[in-house]
Amino acid sequence: MASPTSVHDREPARASWFYDPQIRGIIFQVLVAIVLVLVVYWIIGNTTENLRRANISSGFGFLNRRSGFDISQTLIEYSANSTFGRAIMVGLVNTILVAVIGIVTATIIGFIVGVGRLSRNWLIAKICTVYVEVFRNIPPLLVIFFWYLGVLAVLPGARESVDLPFGTYLNNRGFYMPMPVWGEGAWLVPVALVIALAMSFFVARKAHQRQMATGQRFPVLWTSLALIVGLPLIALAAMGFPLTFDMPEQGAFNLVGGFAVKPEFLSLYLALSFYTASFIAEIVRAGILGVSKGQTEAAHALGIRPGPTLRLVVIPQAMRIVIPPLTSQYLNLTKNSSLAVFIGYPDLVQTGQTTMNQTGQAIEVVAIWMLIYLGLSLSTSAFMNWFNAKMALVER
Amino acid sequence: MQQQDLSFVRTELEPARPAPAGDRGFVRWLRVNLFATPLDSVLTVIGLLVVAFTIPPILRWAFIDAVWSGADRTVCATIAQGGIQPDGWSGACWAFVNAKFEQFMYGRYTYSERWRVNLTAIIFIGLLVPLLVPRVPHKFLNAVAFFIVFPIVAFILLVGGWFGLDYVATSLWGGMLVTMVLSFVGISVSLPLGILLALGRRSRLPVVKMLCVAFIETVRGVPLVTVLFMASVMLPLFLPAGMTFDRFLRALVGVALFASAYMAEVVRGGLQAIPKGQYEGADSLGLSYWQSMGLIVLPQALKLVIPGIVNTFIGLFKDTSLVYIIGMFDLLGIVRQNFADANWASAQTPMSGLIFAGFVFWIFCFGMSRYSIYMERRLDTGHRR
Repeated sequence: MASPTSVHDREPARASWFYDPQIRGIIFQVLVAIVLVLVVYWIIGNTTENLRRANISSGFGFLNRRSGFDISQTLIEYSANSTFGRAIMVGLVNTILVAVIGIVTATIIGFIVGVGRLSRNWLIAKICTVYVEVFRNIPPLLVIFFWYLGVLAVLPGARESVDLPFGTYLNNRGFYMPMPVWGEGAWLVPVALVIALAMSFFVARKAHQRQMATGQRFPVLWTSLALIVGLPLIALAAMGFPLTFDMPEQGAFNLVGGFAVKPEFLSLYLALSFYTASFIAEIVRAGILGVSKGQTEAAHALGIRPGPTLRLVVIPQAMRIVIPPLTSQYLNLTKNSSLAVFIGYPDLVQTGQTTMNQTGQAIEVVAIWMLIYLGLSLSTSAFMNWFNAKMALVER
Repeated sequence: MQQQDLSFVRTELEPARPAPAGDRGFVRWLRVNLFATPLDSVLTVIGLLVVAFTIPPILRWAFIDAVWSGADRTVCATIAQGGIQPDGWSGACWAFVNAKFEQFMYGRYTYSERWRVNLTAIIFIGLLVPLLVPRVPHKFLNAVAFFIVFPIVAFILLVGGWFGLDYVATSLWGGMLVTMVLSFVGISVSLPLGILLALGRRSRLPVVKMLCVAFIETVRGVPLVTVLFMASVMLPLFLPAGMTFDRFLRALVGVALFASAYMAEVVRGGLQAIPKGQYEGADSLGLSYWQSMGLIVLPQALKLVIPGIVNTFIGLFKDTSLVYIIGMFDLLGIVRQNFADANWASAQTPMSGLIFAGFVFWIFCFGMSRYSIYMERRLDTGHRR
């Protein structure tokens, strides 16, 4: 029989250091870091060598040089004499413009279609399903080409413009609409609008307080609408209607005057809105289905009518499910706006590409793109995270 | 007085009367589904108007007034436009699709060698279908053939240069061929790479984790167009002089890397949904990291995120159309390129070509999404409440 002491005498069983997960982890990480550094070093070496041979000086100095190219749609002042940096700024503004308008439109269409798919009305549900299944399963680029090459490009020329209501025209050079021209004393209108907004905000707060205290309700929506529409109208009347419209008119070669929306913008905007709306519709549908039926039934049991049930019980809860994926759809739309480069809408990528071709500063331009898109992505998701936290369920 | 005991007890059930005329059959269906409330009726009328104003013109354009065959643009143009159709005619120009069909499928692939593409396609379908049908046995062998043997065979067949096959430069490839090759390679690279990235992002090793997070967030934050630009413009700068990459390969790298970042986030969602007990259980069995991931965690995690994975595949399939920007012609690119053909230029050509391309893309994407729903139901082991 072995003496019990011998067990204690023995060294505790220890595996080789080679099998220690911590040491292994450290070794592995050091190896990864070394390989990474070597690869980066190799790439930098190659790049400087290639740039030297191609006679391209790196750095962002080119941003201050004269660009020498024109841009078809400029919201901020720009001419061929402006700098490359200015050109990229113009592109950025155009990207933001199409992204913001696209997001608003896509959200509206998406919510309507998403609710429509859940409608008890068979026909409406089927129409919405067809819409979603069609647009979800084709590439966004194809939708853009569809509008640009299939619809807008084959419209009649300027001489045979399609007459639309309210003095608007549509032809293969774009969509023309009357442009309001503000006259003397028009400053009162925005002032009236601001006052109306402030007053409706105040009314809403008071009404809420009164309902909390007494249970009496007040028609906030109609009052606010009357305020917001009425006050500016009164202001307009008080100043003797200082508003004229610059109507588009048939010129010798093209429509003259008015406000023209270029076909590039129009097709990109329509395509992004329609395409993204199909995804938003699915998100909204999932959100509404995600609210348990008990909530609706409980609301009905309390005697709340179907309309307020949807507005006060279902939608606030559905929003919690909807917001995170909705954020990523907004980001997708913003990123998909870079497809503008395929049809020549001067967005960030398109102006950047022209800059790249003229200066050869590929690395810098790509770096600018990446920084701006990353910035847009991160700021959008930061805002939506804040909004999400505000909407999130407050638990004990 | 005689007591009368007249009581009537029915011994047979009277046959049930049918429901009122307004509450059965088609009328009931109409009332419940289309005219339940006044608002519903209004919506139905609007819906009917929408259908009436869209469907007949579309059908007329696509089928009744369409031109199915012809030699050149004259069959698809009105007399005023220099064609043979009456003025005011508007119909699909399927003759254009018909005439260009081969080009839409193969691009400019050498004419005499197109049998190689067909053969590859036949092998592809022959291996894919049994892989997708659950009842067919030998899944492991099938998967090995599909993911390891097939790519080698396809490479030899499509590129050539060996076994007496002529070399066909990838710059000649185009159309459906490019779309399919890009998607296949993208899908079979992005899934394993995405899994590795997701594991890396959840790793306890800070260096690995940081690298994976940086890669995933950067790629997800920028549009594919810029990634493709980077692959086409910057990759040559990064490599030593004289070392060049095929343009097709650059597109492949760009698409695959882009999809793998999205895949990583999908897989991470699945990994996070696995209860901690599963990880601990695997550890307590003495399984190594790779064993516990490969045998315990990943099979459950991947099953959970099948819809997300397939959505990423569908996104990748649709995104292949963007390689047009770096001068590759996929299906959409080659359709777009053919609009410039003066022989076929007419007002109807772009719409017809785009609808054809859209239809092809739609069939593939819709098929993938339906298959994923089917697979999700099949693999559902009923753990869900």
